[in-house]
Amino acid sequence: MPILQIRQAIRDAMKEEMERDERVFLMGEEVGYYNGAYKCSEGLLDHFGEKRVIDTPITETGFAGIGIGAAMCGLRPIIEFMTFNFSAVAFDQILNNAAKLRHMTHGQFGVPIVFRGPNAAAHMLGSTHSQAFEHFYAHIPGLKVIAVATPYDAKGLLKTAIRDENPVLFLESELMYSVKGEVPEEEYLIPFGQADIKRPGEHVTVITWGQGVPVALKAAELAAAEDVSCEVIDLRSIRPMDEAAIIASVKKTNRAVIVYHGWPNGGVGGDIIARIQELAFDDLDAPVLRVCYEDLPMPYAENLENLILPSPERALAAIRRVTYKR
Amino acid sequence: MDAAYEAKLRADYDGQSREDVLRDYREMLRIRRFEEAAARAYTRGKISGFLHLYIGQEAIAIATQQVMEPGDRVVSTYRTHGFAIALGSDPKACAAELFGKAAGLVGGVGGSMHFFDKERGLWGGYAIVGNHIPVAAGHAFASQYTGDGRVTLCFMGDGAVGIGPVHEGMTMAGIMKLPIVFVVENNQYSMGTPLKRTLPVEDITARAAGYGFASDRFHVTSVQETRRRLGEAVERARKDGKPTLVELITYRFRGHSMSDPAKYRQKEEVDRWRLNDPLERTLMALKTIYQVPEAELDAMDETIVAEMDGAYEFADKAPAPAPEARFDNVMAEGPYYGDSATTRPAGVE
Ligand SMILES: Cc1ncc(C[n+]2csc(CCOP(=O)(O)OP(=O)(O)O)c2C)c(N)n1
Ligand SMILES: [Mg+2]
Repeated sequence: MPILQIRQAIRDAMKEEMERDERVFLMGEEVGYYNGAYKCSEGLLDHFGEKRVIDTPITETGFAGIGIGAAMCGLRPIIEFMTFNFSAVAFDQILNNAAKLRHMTHGQFGVPIVFRGPNAAAHMLGSTHSQAFEHFYAHIPGLKVIAVATPYDAKGLLKTAIRDENPVLFLESELMYSVKGEVPEEEYLIPFGQADIKRPGEHVTVITWGQGVPVALKAAELAAAEDVSCEVIDLRSIRPMDEAAIIASVKKTNRAVIVYHGWPNGGVGGDIIARIQELAFDDLDAPVLRVCYEDLPMPYAENLENLILPSPERALAAIRRVTYKR
Repeated sequence: MDAAYEAKLRADYDGQSREDVLRDYREMLRIRRFEEAAARAYTRGKISGFLHLYIGQEAIAIATQQVMEPGDRVVSTYRTHGFAIALGSDPKACAAELFGKAAGLVGGVGGSMHFFDKERGLWGGYAIVGNHIPVAAGHAFASQYTGDGRVTLCFMGDGAVGIGPVHEGMTMAGIMKLPIVFVVENNQYSMGTPLKRTLPVEDITARAAGYGFASDRFHVTSVQETRRRLGEAVERARKDGKPTLVELITYRFRGHSMSDPAKYRQKEEVDRWRLNDPLERTLMALKTIYQVPEAELDAMDETIVAEMDGAYEFADKAPAPAPEARFDNVMAEGPYYGDSATTRPAGVE
């Protein structure tokens, strides 16, 4: 099986979908002549031309809105945010237009659109450039929110996103674009709302997604050396969420730790805990813990950043706590 | 009527047929009577939320309808009843929407501020000031992409031109040369704030140069002049793919919304503008130039009032949306009950 980087898997997904469907186009800053700020659209301009690979000025609200307006007319836009940090200035378009227009128009219009780009902290970019947006978007009915951690998932889920009739926020990671993995040559799609067990285990359920996945896997490895077996569940799909997979695992392990990028307050982590305590209360042998950013803005200095980020060591400490190994 | 006023009136209606002027009057009157009835219903507590009336600006919606070809789109604001009635939306459905009923234009989920009637070319209905400008540019982009030959007409208030999405949407439309007409309905106020406190430069169309648009700016005093000049802009969009920024100078005679008594302006100001109310001027023209008998005009008015009263009676009797209606149109897949078993409403699986 071919080995691809995540960025190549993303490019291949877009390329295949654009070849399959004339209505699909890619729009964003530097997606064309520059081949993408992180090279996710390498070669697409050459292949499809300026009509379908469209460089924009720095107008996140402008091109997010254009995408929404085009989707309402039956096109299938892929809107790239250079990073999701910049989606903040287009937040109103996503919140009030993309998410609500089907509802507000009583079904006269749909908004089949994908907003994609890298999400969460990269390395030493400071507070404005190190934020995790699933916590904002997963709050909103009408949206779907996906986060990917492997080339296989990236390709299969992005193709599904492009074909979905709803607005999809597709979260990638700058630090993980070079992560390699097997990607089948033949076409495949991965349905939304299905978590993937990245590592089966018995004693602790570790729930994670996106950039949390490598952290959780590393922590599971460290725990294994202490004879604690972790089941690492990659949600992949944050909204819709595979609640059944989470609950099934927790009923087996009776313990859960959630590892993710983003602040603790009001986010996806707390939401998962609410679901677990309601649906598996009697099965829990320990409180469910979150390993995420400290509740602080991200500093530039490397040592400070490392203190705030979720790390395998912090995740291991949480695993030890829920197994009462100190 | 003084001589100067009459001379101007005659000049303005030069070459207009009686039938056309009667039609324009009737169409404007339908909007006005629809909204007067809405105001009464609001006062009686039948309508809640915000209700922004278009009274004084009707000629714009009528002229717009007349320059549109099938498939062209109007994208507008929360002050949008006028466009709905002008484009042929059923007054019953409009009234039912104001009353929050299932038979409403959008099933009672939108209310006054969120009118959409795709089939008739009404593409909203946007209530976050300025956030429809990029969306409208997106419709025009789709026309360019598919070559469907349609024109998008995007309306906004004078109070909208300072907000970011307007600048971004226009920047993109200028770069991409989209088939779109941006129309600012300058009714002198952004809520209670007059132009001089919201506009750094009085002439809004001065901005057109920065976007590479054509521009036009005029007082709306008649349907025919508005039609002629909007028509040129629509033609430019359709034939040359060049956007135009049009500033229409107009006036709203009511407060910003029903909750605004409009104490920030003097009666003399309102009276002065009344002389230029396109509806009143058209009526004057019909009486003095075309010699239409009062009885004929009264009969027309009565017919319209009866139509609108009927619409509100219908709305009053119409059933509210079914409880399950709240699950509809959230997601494309069908009824949506929330993402978690823990938050699903009682009684649904
Ligand atoms: C972004 C945003 N800010 C504030 C409001 C509240 N608001 C609604 S209409 C309005 C005034 C707009 O005036 P203008 O654009 O001139 O349009 P008009 O009401 O005169 O038709 C305000 C402040 C809003 N809906 N959206
Ligand atoms: Mg105004």
